[in-house]
Amino acid sequence: MQTLTPQRRRELELRANDVRQGIIRSLLAAGSGHSAGSLDMADVFTALYGFILRHDPQRPDWPDRDRLLLSCGHIAPVRYSAMANFGYFPLDELLTLRKFGTRLQGHPERVKLPSVETTSGPLGEGLAQGTGMALSAKLDRKDWRVYVVCSDAEHQCGLHMEAMMTAAKFKLDNLMVIVDRNFIQIDGSTEEVMPLEPFAEKYRAFNWEVFSCNGNDIGEFIETVRRAQAVEGKPQVIIANTIPGKGVSFMEGDYTWHGKPPNKEQADVALAELAAAHERLLAHV
Amino acid sequence: MSSTLVDYRNNGALKSVPTRNGFGEGLIEAGNRDRNLLAICADLAESTRMEGFKKAHPDRYLEIGVAEQMLVALAGGLAATGKIPWIASYAMFNPGRSWEQVRTIMALNETNVKIAGAHAGVSVGPDGATHQAIEDIAIMRVIPHMTVVVPCDAIQTKKATIALSERFGPVYLRFAREKSPIVTTESTPFEIGKAQTFREGNDVAIVACGILVYNALVAADELAHEDGIQATVINNHTVKPMDEAAIVDAARACGAVVTVEEHQVHGGMGSAVAETLAAKAPVPIEFVGVQDRFGQSGDPSELIEYYGMGTPAIKDAVRRAYARKRG
Repeated sequence: MQTLTPQRRRELELRANDVRQGIIRSLLAAGSGHSAGSLDMADVFTALYGFILRHDPQRPDWPDRDRLLLSCGHIAPVRYSAMANFGYFPLDELLTLRKFGTRLQGHPERVKLPSVETTSGPLGEGLAQGTGMALSAKLDRKDWRVYVVCSDAEHQCGLHMEAMMTAAKFKLDNLMVIVDRNFIQIDGSTEEVMPLEPFAEKYRAFNWEVFSCNGNDIGEFIETVRRAQAVEGKPQVIIANTIPGKGVSFMEGDYTWHGKPPNKEQADVALAELAAAHERLLAHV
Repeated sequence: MSSTLVDYRNNGALKSVPTRNGFGEGLIEAGNRDRNLLAICADLAESTRMEGFKKAHPDRYLEIGVAEQMLVALAGGLAATGKIPWIASYAMFNPGRSWEQVRTIMALNETNVKIAGAHAGVSVGPDGATHQAIEDIAIMRVIPHMTVVVPCDAIQTKKATIALSERFGPVYLRFAREKSPIVTTESTPFEIGKAQTFREGNDVAIVACGILVYNALVAADELAHEDGIQATVINNHTVKPMDEAAIVDAARACGAVVTVEEHQVHGGMGSAVAETLAAKAPVPIEFVGVQDRFGQSGDPSELIEYYGMGTPAIKDAVRRAYARKRG
């Protein structure tokens, strides 16, 4: 991976702001969807598409591309917005989210939009499939990597645990999990619904290498990925601590925004806040 | 009798081999033909007969332990990157436990994963109801894009395994534990989606799949001798996509149908036949299978008889269908 210059970092932060605006616009147009997790993962997805991944938007079927799987398919708006912002399809297409005939299904579908790599939505299944892909790369002695973005609450799913065990058995050091640790799920706090702590220890006990970082700090996240990529013989997990609804003041930290979109008035406020933040960032470039 | 069958009436000539053996042999052969073919097992290598592949192609055999949902999802990931994974467990656990992963990761996602469902039916025997999959055809055939195949004997299971390996898309192959009579020969044709007429008659069409095809043939011969009823016997090995033309032609020619399967009568192969005939050629239909009950421990043949799938039960069903047809 190349070096992250201060200039490049600022550009990525600007782009993350664009991604957030795309999320708000698409959720408003859709009239349903998941706001909080989409917004809090905007920095991670921007860093992935803008800096970390080996990919080519013009060749989504490039055999040697890195594979990025979104396991928690309900935060698809952040992935779609990042993909549009990095050239996979026109920004206007974001406004078709969840509408009849769209490629941007409410939960991502590989057959409709192959560059999402897999179909997701039923929780807890992304790591298991990513494990298969990473194993395939090992069997074929290919050097592409697999990144799986998961929610924290997905760790309540048994299949995710099966995958943790399997990835460690096959020593898949080409496999990295990025956990959106925002502590919320539909019914409330993860620690009240079904406690996940001690979180890092679970991965360590399964023979994974564990990292954590501020998932809303692009520079810190990229640096953490760089350290994780250096691990040999073990899969890696990055616990990305995020603030749900990050970037929109009235959504930040409020679990009730997990599964609903903004209305027109709320979207206008959100977009005005993001536009102001954009101006502040520009002043620093 | 079709010239492509063995002389199944001659008990001395009849050989009995478990259909799972055919899967094991077919898997090795399919693996010889394609380097991308993998075998993945959930801690049942010997009893699903993946063990032979493990010895023949150790670098392409993966063991993932008792984790059937993982079995499907891992295979989905491998298939998405060009592999052809066969995954094996008991049908009760895969697809029994893993149905949603099969639906989302294999079918909706259109991946080239092949399920081997072993130990299907009550003929598993002593293990009892927990291990006797008699709902699996229903839950697989209801999923779009799935191919569902239930071969009639070990030789056909081998051919089906090879053919399904070469067919792109999600597949469910169902087979059984116990020895069952071999009725086909090495030269009997097998084509996915192409039903086979194993015996011809004009009075009733018996449409069967799996190891009960043999019982259907024996029942048909006995009926001809005892009642003068001449039954057609169709081996309807591909439950999906079903050979609708063959079923409709047989129903029109005979005017009455009996379906025979080692499965619940609800939702299985018989239901698929009924759905087709209700729309295209309504005739009286009788259903031989498990009548909305669970299995239990016992000797395999004893259980087949007890749950109404033995030769006497098939004959009774044919007589009922024939009587209904004649009004």
